[in-house]
Amino acid sequence: MYYISKYIEIKEGCIYKNGELEMQSSTSDFSDMMKEWYKSLHLSYPKFYKMDDLCKMAFIASERLLEGETSKEIALLFSNSEASLDTDIKHQQSIQTTDAYFPSPAIFVYTLPNITIGEVSIRHQLKTESAFLVSDEYPIEEMHTYTEYLLQHKKAEKVVCAWIHKLENSYHAFFYLVENQGDLPHTKQIINKIFI
Amino acid sequence: MQNVYIHQTNIISPLGFSTAKNFMELCNGKTALQPTQFTEPIGSIFAGKIDKDIFQEHFSSLNSAFVGSTIEQYIVAALLPLIQQKGLSENTLFILSTTKGNIKALEQNNIQAAHLFETANHIKNYFGFSRKPIVVSNACVSGVMALSIAKRFIQMNQAKDAYVVAVDELLPFIISGFQSFQAMSNQRCKPYDETRNGVNLGEAAAAVYISTAKEDNSIEIAGDANINDANHISGPSRTGEGLVLSIEKAMQEAKITASMVDFVSLHGTATVYNDEMESIALQRTNLLDVPVNSFKGYYGHTLGASGLLETVLTVECMKHHVLLPSIGFEKIGVSHPIQVIKEKKSKTIDVALKTASGFGGSNSVIVLKK
Repeated sequence: MYYISKYIEIKEGCIYKNGELEMQSSTSDFSDMMKEWYKSLHLSYPKFYKMDDLCKMAFIASERLLEGETSKEIALLFSNSEASLDTDIKHQQSIQTTDAYFPSPAIFVYTLPNITIGEVSIRHQLKTESAFLVSDEYPIEEMHTYTEYLLQHKKAEKVVCAWIHKLENSYHAFFYLVENQGDLPHTKQIINKIFI
Repeated sequence: MQNVYIHQTNIISPLGFSTAKNFMELCNGKTALQPTQFTEPIGSIFAGKIDKDIFQEHFSSLNSAFVGSTIEQYIVAALLPLIQQKGLSENTLFILSTTKGNIKALEQNNIQAAHLFETANHIKNYFGFSRKPIVVSNACVSGVMALSIAKRFIQMNQAKDAYVVAVDELLPFIISGFQSFQAMSNQRCKPYDETRNGVNLGEAAAAVYISTAKEDNSIEIAGDANINDANHISGPSRTGEGLVLSIEKAMQEAKITASMVDFVSLHGTATVYNDEMESIALQRTNLLDVPVNSFKGYYGHTLGASGLLETVLTVECMKHHVLLPSIGFEKIGVSHPIQVIKEKKSKTIDVALKTASGFGGSNSVIVLKK
């Protein structure tokens, strides 16, 4: 039996840890909010500023979730409904007309959803299993099964499961850590219950 | 744990619309790469693009009632013959692997139609899959990773069989980005060659049917791993770390050693750094004596389709006891003396590896076993 040892949610300008409000942003602007939360971490990680919005949110959520973690055998299973469309739209705008054609490598590199996994892997030095799945809603069934596979078959010691949604003005992040100890059993019912 | 086998396969590419046709063209040394005209300012580039008219003629011949975007038609054309042969059960899995799916819809500002699950659901409903599709979008390793995920779901008793499709369409969206990276070659790509100077892009769809049933001629997916480099988002690790770990873990699961490997189908994009990284990884995993190739010289880099396309071609090489050359390669241009296949030759291939590496530091490896 595996357990959900902790979970983080970002929504409506707030960060919640294990269901409790942890931080509330003073701004409703997404970019300013990420900057504010990044500063509250007291980190020196200049790469953060180069990231697109999806990666910034993945970075903040995983910092909160993996605080104090020492294991390096943590797999990353991320998911969302729109892949990297938030940045894809920006890249498309940069090539839409021949008169204003200015594709940028700094944007194009973020037109893949699994760059979120890359950024978190680099930050936490996780040379581990990972996958990015796209689904209209959080794929509880698939995430649960795949997490169980990775743990049962010793492909990882722990698994971060994540929903990381950002498209235009809409955003929502939900991250949880699954391992062999914790208060909440890793069952589909529990995931359903904590993922509001 | 149950064994999982690859059975029927299909390829939709500029070289043909079946696995058999594609493999025959490769045996004849044919390449899909040629100067191809795109809208300005992209202009003419070396690419492997499916001819629109020839494909439409093929699609009509399938007598399919399907109506949808070009990329969806590629998926239907790839899947239809397999489903006609092997059918569906209530439990059959459908996994779609793609990096950009129907990103063309953004040209018309149709954001909804650009969602990958919209494409997957459209296909699911057309063929009548009961279960929700799984969509894997993991850069250039997507095709191999989708097969790995399918195998794992079957081994978790979630299904007895699965259809896995990998596809990407060659569009200005992608070309403009690779051009901005200055990653593209102005000539036919030359994986591992000392004069290599970048990728060619291509498009394709590949489909496979896998199940727990062992049949004559079926190839086992004996091991798999998908390990991140944790090093850089757009460049490979200088030490090949993620690829080394993926190869080691996949071989460990398959209970094989390096000396048992008969062939490795590498990623081989023909960029300076990717090919160099792979040579380091082969050196570190004791695979320097094993014949290797890159299929990119035949099709270009078909992104999310490439891993599955090249897996299907590797399976064909195993079934036909043949090693195919890495076209474009003349003189070794990587630091370790890897055995790049220069000409077609007969060889019994009992064990093969398929590797892929991509943006986001991703790597995927599967072990194929007769």
